[in-house]
Amino acid sequence: MPADPAVLAEAKALRQQFEALGGQVVKADILLPSETLLDLYGEDIRARAYVTQDPIRGEMMLRPDFTLPVVQMHMETFAEPARYTYSGKVFRKQEDAAGRPSEYIQVGYEVFDGKAPAKADAEVYAAIAKALDGLPVRASTGDIGILMAAVRGLSTLQIRKDALLRHIWRPRRFRALLDRYGGRSSVPLTRAALLASADPWANAGPDIGLRDRADIEARLAFLREDASAPPLSSEEIGLIDAILSIRESAPIALSHLRDIAVDLPAIGPAVARMSERLDALAAKGVDVDDLDFEGSYGRTSLEYYDGFVFGFTSTLRPDLPAVATGGRYDALTRVLGQGRSVPAVGAVIRPDIVHLLREGAQ
Amino acid sequence: MTVKLGVPSKGRLMDKTFDWFGARGLTLSKAGSDREYSGRAEGIDGLELVLLSAGEIPRELAAGRIHYGVTGSDLVREKLPAWDRQVREMMPLGFGGADLIIAVPQFWVDVDTLDDLDAAAAQFRRRHGFRLRIATKYHRLVREFLQANGVADYQLVDSQGATEGTVKNETAEAIADITSTGETLRANGLKTLSDGLIHASQATLFKSRKAEWTTEERATMSALEALLRL
Repeated sequence: MPADPAVLAEAKALRQQFEALGGQVVKADILLPSETLLDLYGEDIRARAYVTQDPIRGEMMLRPDFTLPVVQMHMETFAEPARYTYSGKVFRKQEDAAGRPSEYIQVGYEVFDGKAPAKADAEVYAAIAKALDGLPVRASTGDIGILMAAVRGLSTLQIRKDALLRHIWRPRRFRALLDRYGGRSSVPLTRAALLASADPWANAGPDIGLRDRADIEARLAFLREDASAPPLSSEEIGLIDAILSIRESAPIALSHLRDIAVDLPAIGPAVARMSERLDALAAKGVDVDDLDFEGSYGRTSLEYYDGFVFGFTSTLRPDLPAVATGGRYDALTRVLGQGRSVPAVGAVIRPDIVHLLREGAQ
Repeated sequence: MTVKLGVPSKGRLMDKTFDWFGARGLTLSKAGSDREYSGRAEGIDGLELVLLSAGEIPRELAAGRIHYGVTGSDLVREKLPAWDRQVREMMPLGFGGADLIIAVPQFWVDVDTLDDLDAAAAQFRRRHGFRLRIATKYHRLVREFLQANGVADYQLVDSQGATEGTVKNETAEAIADITSTGETLRANGLKTLSDGLIHASQATLFKSRKAEWTTEERATMSALEALLRL
């Protein structure tokens, strides 16, 4: 569907704002290799992105966002600090929300700067806030980095922490794991029987498939280690719950988190980063006393955000998707850079929603 | 105009559907020779029998080209996004039962639940460098099920037949497929996960939410639904 000229004008104006901040304009392909996207996002991306077939290049996807091409382009030079901006269509299936457009423009601003991450977080947030100035929107913020630091700081087996970290973005599975490690839910009967049996291989069928005996022995060893380890203490689970349940203005949230850090010192550095970020935001003119912070914000997105996260939604039209979303995605760059990670933070705005809000405000 | 009832065009599913409606006073039959795909419905005025492939009935219902249709409840869920906004489930017919399940090698003595599958997938990806492959033709149902249950680090690979053989052939590590007795699974060295039942399917009468109804057709609808006690 050709974009409305008014939406195109919004997009152009937004991109010009980001260019004025030093953003180098990026052009990206629309057809992206499926393999890389699947590797990053997992099978769920197939439910969201259009998949197509190229006779030579194999399975391709219509660009579901610009993150992958922007990071890949950055990784050709690794120049820092670097700022990028782009404006173009993305394509998303809307099976669960049939009324929503399946192709729309995103205008983005991405900052790669490892020297001053708190300032980079604040710069991106402030750029988006300024672009939305005067519109009826409200921001929510969060910090996945604090939750990850809390999990890393639990006094339990590394394999349990790894499992929890893997499921930060899947709240249900995360909760189930916490309950099991904490002894709140019982060990499945079949597992108990397996661990109790003298020969776990007694009923094994034929050795078929790529997952071999060594794989299974390794996991049996994990299961035995897990079964003999003490449960995660209810105090520590309580601390995780306390972080997840925070819904306050940012300064009050910060003070809660400092209290939690007394019992869970591992989150100290992440909390200090949050404090630095709030200072940097205030220096950019953001009213941090009026900024909402939620301990579990950003956990259900498909993205790879692993630090500061934020989103702006309409206060008058809660039915609309978020007008802007963003966050820090250092982990994603580590996956794409084959070990070499680049601190990166970025955000996208939807000019179509900006336009709707502007019309509605008049 | 007539009210269109779509019914599978061949095999046991067709025969049993004919029997089911026959027992309730609606006689369905194929017209002409056995090879011809047109049918007759006797017992209610204004009702037309349309013989279709069971796999096409969901799409025809969603498009509103047929008013009612009999097909497997698995096919409707697999082929239609947000299926319950497009069709209404009227009545299970009590035959054509089969379970869509997840199965792994019996050799995997450490895996019995989805939780185990998830842990095995994480470990597999670390060791082998790619996501654990699950062979299936039910992509939507399997993906939604695994997503809802928080299983990660897997990928679906398409398999339109002989799916149970893919593990042995090393084109997949696990499968998701329809089974009624589980015998083929066992013969291929596979076992089902204890919580891996994705959907218990059976032949079901569906009604389109998209079809248009004239006054005459509404009368036919009432007569049919009264006959079937819906």
